[in-house]
Amino acid sequence: MIHRMAAALLSLSGLFISAYLYLYKTGKIGSLACGTGGCEAVQWSPWSRVAGIEVSLVGLLGYALLLLLCLAALQPSMVQRREPALLLAALSGIAVLFTIYLTYLELFVIHAICRWCVASGVVIVGIFILSLFDLRRLHRARI
Amino acid sequence: MAATQAGMKRFYVLFGVLAVAGLAVLGYLLMRPSTVSIPANVVVQPSDTSGFAGYVKGSATAPVEITEYADYQCPFCQTFATLQMPTIEERLIKTGRLRWRYRDFPLQMHPFARLASHSAACADEQGKYWQQHDRIYERQQEWSGARDAAPLFRNYAQELGLDLGRYDSCMESGKYAGRIQADYNSGVALGVSSTPTLLVNGRLHRGRFDSDAITKLVDSLTRTTAR
Repeated sequence: MIHRMAAALLSLSGLFISAYLYLYKTGKIGSLACGTGGCEAVQWSPWSRVAGIEVSLVGLLGYALLLLLCLAALQPSMVQRREPALLLAALSGIAVLFTIYLTYLELFVIHAICRWCVASGVVIVGIFILSLFDLRRLHRARI
Repeated sequence: MAATQAGMKRFYVLFGVLAVAGLAVLGYLLMRPSTVSIPANVVVQPSDTSGFAGYVKGSATAPVEITEYADYQCPFCQTFATLQMPTIEERLIKTGRLRWRYRDFPLQMHPFARLASHSAACADEQGKYWQQHDRIYERQQEWSGARDAAPLFRNYAQELGLDLGRYDSCMESGKYAGRIQADYNSGVALGVSSTPTLLVNGRLHRGRFDSDAITKLVDSLTRTTAR
């Protein structure tokens, strides 16, 4: 259960990071706190949108979904069920792959690193690892 | 079971603290004042203009000159700049038949109009006035509804490859506030009350402002001048 709690807290952190980037991109909060200046280069690059949708908005919705899933998985009737853990692992796994692609773009195409994107990457990898630990817990309990 | 309940209680407390802290930070960011502002109604000093009378494109020997008084946040100016100007530029300005002069006329009702004018003026320092001018109009929808347009203008400057250090110090100094006000005052003196307003060879011109109408007008004035 501790894994799902930690995943919920990480999802909430990721939600705030994405919200911050999205509010910045839509001009709602002024400048971005980013020492290197790389955040702006990344946020205003052509790759800051996927199919016309802001990547930060995709992150916002994705973290909101993960957060709801984690909170649902913490309900007493769900704690010992395998489905929420599988779904969490699948969704966070897809998000990790997407993050790897975005990090590749930052490093080799845009040539700039956004610290907030790195923070989000750490968060999503953390959620994925926690979901694997949760699956291992259920496996050991033969659920 | 009791241990689980205590654990859940601790989790919800921690979750609540994190949620409140995150919302508080975002709330603060949304409420904090704008980063750069350009004062309105400043007293114009002679040094503000130093002979400046608008941004000009086109041949100095063109037989017709049109002066446009416009506001970057005005939707009609945006439509004119993005839909009509490319044709006017191709047909008339590049062919040496028309000289275009752009002057700022930031209306009070538009909170970012002066800031946009100033951003373009700062881009002018680095030889990219028209590029920044075009970009500000092209993306009007993006910045006009923003809480703070200054970072968006800065990003346009960055995309155009401007030296951001110079751009930032120019924007923070507000050094062109007087020049923008001088443009505005000159428009008021000529009877400009709305945007865009065109002066054709110095005369206030009211009517349709599409590229076809302007082409006909330039044709007619060119014929008159030729006689």
